[in-house]
Amino acid sequence: MAGGWWLFLFVLLLGASTEVGAQQRNDSIPGEISGFIAAESRVFLADEQFPDQLRWSNVGSFVLQPEWYYEWSGGDDAVLFVPFFHADPTDEKRTHFDLRELNYLHVGNGWEVRAGFAKVFWGVAESNHLVDIINQTDGVEDVDREDKLGQPMIHLTVPSSWGAFELFTLPGFRHRTFPGKRGRLRTELVIAQDDPEFDSSLGHAHVDFAGRWSETFGAWNVALSHFYGTSRDPRLFLDLIRQRLIPRYDIINQTGLEVQYTGDNILLKLEAFGRDGQSTYRGAFVAGFEYTFYGVFDTAADIGWLVEGHYDSFDPDIPVKCLRSGTLPPPDQIPPNCFNQLQGAGFLGTPSPFEHDVFTGFRLTPNDEQTTELLAGVIIDAIDTSRFWNVEASRRIGSHWRLSADLRIFDHLSNDTLFAAINKDDFFQVSLAYYF
Amino acid sequence: MRACLAVGVLFCAVFLATAVPAETPEEKGQEIAEEADRRDLGWGDFRGNMKMVLKNQQGQVSERQLRMQGLENPSSDEGDKSMVIFDEPRDVKGTALMTYTHILVPDDQWLFLPALKRVKRISSSNKSGPFVGSEFAYEDLTSQEVEKYSYKWQREEPCGSLTCFVVERYPLYENSGYTRQTVWIDRDEYRPQKVEYYDRKNELLKTLTLTDYKKYLAKHWRAHTLTMVNEQTGKSTTLSWSGYEFKVGLTDEDFTETTLKRMR
Repeated sequence: MAGGWWLFLFVLLLGASTEVGAQQRNDSIPGEISGFIAAESRVFLADEQFPDQLRWSNVGSFVLQPEWYYEWSGGDDAVLFVPFFHADPTDEKRTHFDLRELNYLHVGNGWEVRAGFAKVFWGVAESNHLVDIINQTDGVEDVDREDKLGQPMIHLTVPSSWGAFELFTLPGFRHRTFPGKRGRLRTELVIAQDDPEFDSSLGHAHVDFAGRWSETFGAWNVALSHFYGTSRDPRLFLDLIRQRLIPRYDIINQTGLEVQYTGDNILLKLEAFGRDGQSTYRGAFVAGFEYTFYGVFDTAADIGWLVEGHYDSFDPDIPVKCLRSGTLPPPDQIPPNCFNQLQGAGFLGTPSPFEHDVFTGFRLTPNDEQTTELLAGVIIDAIDTSRFWNVEASRRIGSHWRLSADLRIFDHLSNDTLFAAINKDDFFQVSLAYYF
Repeated sequence: MRACLAVGVLFCAVFLATAVPAETPEEKGQEIAEEADRRDLGWGDFRGNMKMVLKNQQGQVSERQLRMQGLENPSSDEGDKSMVIFDEPRDVKGTALMTYTHILVPDDQWLFLPALKRVKRISSSNKSGPFVGSEFAYEDLTSQEVEKYSYKWQREEPCGSLTCFVVERYPLYENSGYTRQTVWIDRDEYRPQKVEYYDRKNELLKTLTLTDYKKYLAKHWRAHTLTMVNEQTGKSTTLSWSGYEFKVGLTDEDFTETTLKRMR
């Protein structure tokens, strides 16, 4: 029972963290220290599919993310340092360290610049963050793509009466993290995350650029962005010899649009992009609404109903259909029409689950003292009817603890896609975090 | 009334007091609200720290630490701007809420979520919803512009050691959780001393008591302890202010999405 051991370590580290809290109070460290430490237990509801995966149904792991902030000249200069560490005894790829933030901020007269490792979010939608491209996804953390790796950047912002203008220079590419051979929630053939191929001969050293304009027009919020550089989404190629998938990062141009209308009870949302550089021109959008009923049943609780439709012109499925759930059949079983595609690293496409899908769900906000939150929903593929069910709930305990529970169910994922490999990886996850 | 303002606040008050008998209760209530507003004009901008202590029926308490900054809008057809930053509880530390108050149309609100570094434009029409689980609703905490209500003078009566005007006010903005509020305003300094809130069924819902008044910049009175008691559930929230600073040099540039994203 690995969970118990990690919980023990967690309590030990908690002791250390309260020491830090004490130091903060007697001002022996300048600036401000905060952050969290969390113990997490992930319970898989079915046995593993593949022989290399560890037969652990209960995976205990722990996460530490302290934060140090120091400012001077009245906050016009500041340094922020946020290291991140996740230890998972079942997966050496999921056990990782990252510099989420290590940056210097300077606020000038009518402009500001942040330089260093930082995080930036773009977008308005809930079920997919389509235009968000500055930071790479930390793919071993969760399947919701909301965990991001720190990105080195020089980020200039100039607010003006015509909206905010932002310019990004992004030196240093971070490749996506993927679960390792022993871990769950992976493709059948392991993705060789540390052995990527690049469009640019500069590889990780390619310098990317981006710009964004955002403005509020009454009830409307609009943003336009453009990104030039290394795609954060890789395409996957078959490595026939070593029986693995090679992520390939192309140089792309992506133009993104974000629109939100904020009404009394309704939010209307649209995110769209056009992207060039990944073999074919790719267009994608997510559009939908969130309708909120306030103070339902004579209580303080709000219930929001969310619907979002997804479209992505990218069709990664065709060559995958030559395989069975992303694996390589013995040569005599390869259909003749597929042989040429598989011969010499067949192209498998980007794992995007949002080609033609509908998300619907609800958000319950009791507005209580414990800031309880519940979001439940399902993403349904309109064509192959595969479904991804998702429940996320959290609640504060006392004044320093937060308990979170997530349930993710992969239902009838089509055998024609790479995602079939996670059909048996439904899981329930409980996390207890101490915030200091 | 502009001329009145030019002549001076003290004279104006005398003028209002003598003008009272010929007025209807509605006019008299309106005059009192306008006078209270006029006396507080010109605070410019401020910063302050808020501590909220929430107490439930069993007497269990939980605390919130917040910081707030505000910018006065000198024109009377638009409201003020404000920013609230959360320090405690620690799991919501760094969350920040920015509000552009309007008079009758819903306010503009943006919420910054630090974990995702995400700014969300949110709907402000849920005015009657509780603020951070407390007994204060959003509409109790946003700036109390005169034009948000119609008024009706009730009576004068002693309130503690002072004498108060008792005025009823009726929300004119949409989505209020109240049919009416009864406000006790002291005759000497036009400071609200007590407010009773009546719910949509016109039953007494909450009572707010404002105490520990201090004067800033020789003119602006601020209550430092505000206690809201829910008369229907027995829960209460005490809001304590500290570290009030006025005219710290905030401008419109301190109330933008850009500043919201780096607010600490």
